[in-house]
Amino acid sequence: MTELLFFVEVVVAGLLAGTMYSLVALGFVLIYKASSTFNFAQGAMVFFAVLAFVGFMELGLPFFLAFIVTILLMGLVGFCTERLVLKPLMNQSEDTLLMATIGLGFVLEGLAQAAWGVEVRRLDLGIGDFPIQWIIDTFGLFVSALDLTAGLVAASLILGLSILFKYTKMGLGLRAVADDPGAASSIGIPLNNIMLLVWTAAGVVALVAGMMWGARAGVQFALVDLALKALPVLIIGGFSSIPGAIVGGLIIGATEKVLEVYIGPYFGGAIEGWAPYVLAIFFLLYRPEGLFGEKIIRRV
Amino acid sequence: MKSNKIFMEYTKNDLINFLLLMIISLLIIPITVKSGYWYSSILIPWLCLALASIGQQIVMGYAGQLALGAAGFMAAGAFACYNLILRVPDIPFFVALALSGLIAAAFGILFGLPSLRVRGIYLMVATLASQFFIVWMIDKFGWFKNYDSSGIITAQDIVIMGKSFTSPLEMYLVIVFVVTVLTLLAINMARGSTGRNWMAVRDMDIAAESMGISLLRTKLQAFAISAFYCGVAGALFAFTYLKSLEPVAFDIKLSFKILFMVILGGLGTISGAFIGAAFILLFPVLLNSIGNNVFHGAIDATIISSIEQVVFGVLIIIFMIYEPLGMAKLWDNIRLKFKKK
Repeated sequence: MTELLFFVEVVVAGLLAGTMYSLVALGFVLIYKASSTFNFAQGAMVFFAVLAFVGFMELGLPFFLAFIVTILLMGLVGFCTERLVLKPLMNQSEDTLLMATIGLGFVLEGLAQAAWGVEVRRLDLGIGDFPIQWIIDTFGLFVSALDLTAGLVAASLILGLSILFKYTKMGLGLRAVADDPGAASSIGIPLNNIMLLVWTAAGVVALVAGMMWGARAGVQFALVDLALKALPVLIIGGFSSIPGAIVGGLIIGATEKVLEVYIGPYFGGAIEGWAPYVLAIFFLLYRPEGLFGEKIIRRV
Repeated sequence: MKSNKIFMEYTKNDLINFLLLMIISLLIIPITVKSGYWYSSILIPWLCLALASIGQQIVMGYAGQLALGAAGFMAAGAFACYNLILRVPDIPFFVALALSGLIAAAFGILFGLPSLRVRGIYLMVATLASQFFIVWMIDKFGWFKNYDSSGIITAQDIVIMGKSFTSPLEMYLVIVFVVTVLTLLAINMARGSTGRNWMAVRDMDIAAESMGISLLRTKLQAFAISAFYCGVAGALFAFTYLKSLEPVAFDIKLSFKILFMVILGGLGTISGAFIGAAFILLFPVLLNSIGNNVFHGAIDATIISSIEQVVFGVLIIIFMIYEPLGMAKLWDNIRLKFKKK
């Protein structure tokens, strides 16, 4: 019984940690949906956003104000990216765009470090990274409060974004742009505004993801490497699906924890570092478009 | 076409260029450059990384497969070479070097398999697996490091025919030899049917397949050869530049560096690999010396490295927008302009 309970605990911890990957992946999906651009810089945006947030807090801004200012800053970043990087590269091949966003990622990482320094910062959200007593008493499970918060935040973000996409005029325009930018702009959908909105939304998601990661592991450069793990999440979930990002994150989170706990000790541990990627390869072999992605059709 | 080819498919100009390069690298540099710093901090890492860039160039620039794991293959090559020399008595250095390249190539084939199903960003993620897996494997299994408890092991001296090559100049000569041979080989492959197949697959793989080019063979060949180059480069890098072997030296940052060398240098050219490697390697040196000499250390070293990152990123974006074929193409354009006048 305790064996089983322990297993459940590992899975739950994995699932909740997975939502953190989902948060990063969500930003990728937003931009991919709107502009078919694979934004490799999303990880850097996470780092940039949370470092800016902590930086503003250190300047003495209250929590809420710092949050707003950071969101405005991310909007600015999105605006500049759209104007200076994406516009000139319109109609280029996907690979070219991908390489440009790799460049963008380096710019953001460098700027963030130049502006706010390289030392590891602590970020205290007022939510502890320890088990909740109530859940221990009721179910006998150890579940971290931070993990649970991350899960709840992710859920509400997804709900909000889904409503935004489905029921607002902006969301309809966004889906139209995603489908066919040329046709959408010819019927008068403001392409620029839509892109700005999407990049700002991705910035908000990046900030939230960064705050969750930062509260756990400290605000530091290693966040960028952690954010790389959102890539296998996307492969499993599909690049254009918001539910896919969530499910992918959960699968990666749970699998890597279970593997680490049960198989890791035989190999000296730390298999978390590569297990998600290998898992992604296996998914690629069977379902290259991901669980929720659209089928990739290529023509000569 | 005039028959101005005097040796195989090469024109007189090609041969003159080659001779000039050889004279510069084998005579002029060894005679004029005396300080060890130039060899051990600039020329040696430049040639090693240029060789790895050729590997990346083959898989990315020629075969069009977006791979991001060059450093993983370099690690495989470096530790293979260390173990071969350690465990096989009297193995000649060049044999060990070639074998470690082959071992890296085996990894290349294994991790190149996903390229048969996917491309672009998907492939990039799949090749990231190689990066993380290989470095982890070397780190976690003590055998690879000869159960050294400190985790950092010293590379053996390079011994060729009983003579040990330990001074910077001697090591430089060894590297020049290896790089020359492999570069000539790469140029030949790129010009021959192998390279044509790669480029056909790069430009439109479905069309290439319908013309009778085997995708399986061509892609895996590109991955294998690319990994071979990276493996040899990694071994040389570890034995002549790093001197000590630790898996963390071959982390994802190095992979990104090599990727940048290829993108900035120019996709699909061998010379681009050398130009890109020189730029990525020398630019930080330049920035540091500006920081030290102009601002007298007033700017923090971490700020300088941040600026370096920003500049690399901006340059990549600029090149993607204005000259996707990189510095090699830029150089060609400049040369053509002068020729016309």
